[in-house]
Amino acid sequence: MQKEVMFAGFGGQGILLSAKLLAYAAMKQGAQVMWIPSYGPEMRGGTAYCTVVTSDRLIGSPIIKNPSHLVAMNRPSLEKFAPVVKKGGIVLINSSLIPIRSGRDDIEELIVPANQAAVDLGSVKCANIIAVSAFAARSGMVDIEILRKCVQEEFASKPKLIPINMKAFDEGLKIAAAS
Amino acid sequence: MAKVLMKGNEAIGEAAIKAGCLNYFAYPITPQSEVAEYLVKRMPEVNGVFVQGESEVAVGYMIFGAAACGERVFTTSSSPGVSLMSEAISYIAGARCPAVFVNIVRGGPGLGGILPSQGDYFQATKGGGHGDYRMLVMAPDGVQEAVEMTMMAFVLAEKYRGPVMILGDGMIGQMMEPVEFPDNLYVPPTNKDEWATNGMDRRGSTSKNIVKSLYLDPKVLNQHNLTLKAQYERMKKEEVRFEAYNTDGDYQALIVSYGTMSRVCKTAIDNLKSQGIEIGMIRPKTLFPFPEKAIHDAATKESCKKVVSIEMNMGQMIEDVERSLKGKREVTWFGQCGGDIYTPEEVAEHVISLI
Repeated sequence: MQKEVMFAGFGGQGILLSAKLLAYAAMKQGAQVMWIPSYGPEMRGGTAYCTVVTSDRLIGSPIIKNPSHLVAMNRPSLEKFAPVVKKGGIVLINSSLIPIRSGRDDIEELIVPANQAAVDLGSVKCANIIAVSAFAARSGMVDIEILRKCVQEEFASKPKLIPINMKAFDEGLKIAAAS
Repeated sequence: MAKVLMKGNEAIGEAAIKAGCLNYFAYPITPQSEVAEYLVKRMPEVNGVFVQGESEVAVGYMIFGAAACGERVFTTSSSPGVSLMSEAISYIAGARCPAVFVNIVRGGPGLGGILPSQGDYFQATKGGGHGDYRMLVMAPDGVQEAVEMTMMAFVLAEKYRGPVMILGDGMIGQMMEPVEFPDNLYVPPTNKDEWATNGMDRRGSTSKNIVKSLYLDPKVLNQHNLTLKAQYERMKKEEVRFEAYNTDGDYQALIVSYGTMSRVCKTAIDNLKSQGIEIGMIRPKTLFPFPEKAIHDAATKESCKKVVSIEMNMGQMIEDVERSLKGKREVTWFGQCGGDIYTPEEVAEHVISLI
């Protein structure tokens, strides 16, 4: 079974990193994975998005026009990509920055005030970790404990950042469970 | 060794080190700059050398210099950069020096764009530089194969004493996949004492080795070209590599596709199969030498009525496919340039329109 999730937002929101963490966790679980960035001429503050594909068999095409799920960290991303998400998929909406909703009734919206929750924890920079853990918890795409280890490993060279990112990780799980 | 998740560009850099190449010269260009970014950190850790040249022209001759000294050496670039290096590639081929060139192809011509393309097929396989030389060209379809082909490239370059090219594309350079670096692909460097300018003292010799591509005597130059030709003929016998996909049973049409595009085609073939439509594919892994016989045999199978060359360009490999078919089947082209890549659905729709 192949699943695709698109992560999208502003450059600097940690979009590529949260996608990489998810891909890492899936790889550690033994799945086939592919991390496909959208690269192109971009400017500071421009959009950043990438897609993670996981599958139990060899992944073919890296060209994904209709992902199973979407993690939208800003409004332009939601507006652009919500319409292409497959029916029945999860659309995570970073409600701190996105005042609107997807406008679809055939997908499942997961409302996560990621930026506000991150600020409350002490650093807006960990909004991406809140988003990825909330998404992983709701979608079941990867094992939560494996993902948690991947986050820890990612920050292994900057150990003082681990505690806040662990708090952010738990906050994401809490939000996903409560919504 | 355990699998690691790496970008194609970084994996190619690591593969070169694993292959025992400690010399890397390059000039940055999108979409391959991460190779340099990776190796600028990695090379000092293994006592290797990384020099950023002042241009790709300079880099080409840095490669020539190191190769002439008998060192394993490689560079990475993208299309416009490879054009600038092409003069040096011709000299390297003429002087019979082993060297590895990686082209992470972007759209052209001219500056073109920075998105994935296969527009350099002709340049790579028909000689971007001047003179009667050919270059062994391998085209990976993902990060793992990019690693394996990079490691093999150094060995093949030494076997045939000439330049070898890895022809990737922006997608393969930029995407991340789990990779392993197979230990068994490491082959120790050949002894180059017979020809390399590696120092008379070092090799304990009293005679000079001269590395050159200038032969003013027409008879000598002809003989030199015959020696080169013999290498290329041997490549055609020993180095043809390809993958046959869904060709065991009957199929109504045959796709010929390589690199990133072939991954899309595989998904299209799988999707069509689930609808009861059988399509086969030959994926050349070496673009020179070209898998002529495999394509000919697969295309002339009784059940196969149509042949289509699917490329991320305006139709280049199709000429080699036509040549392979010797007029027995017609072949059409399907592709686009600029960086948008057809989806599996679009490929499937096109193939259905043919049959």
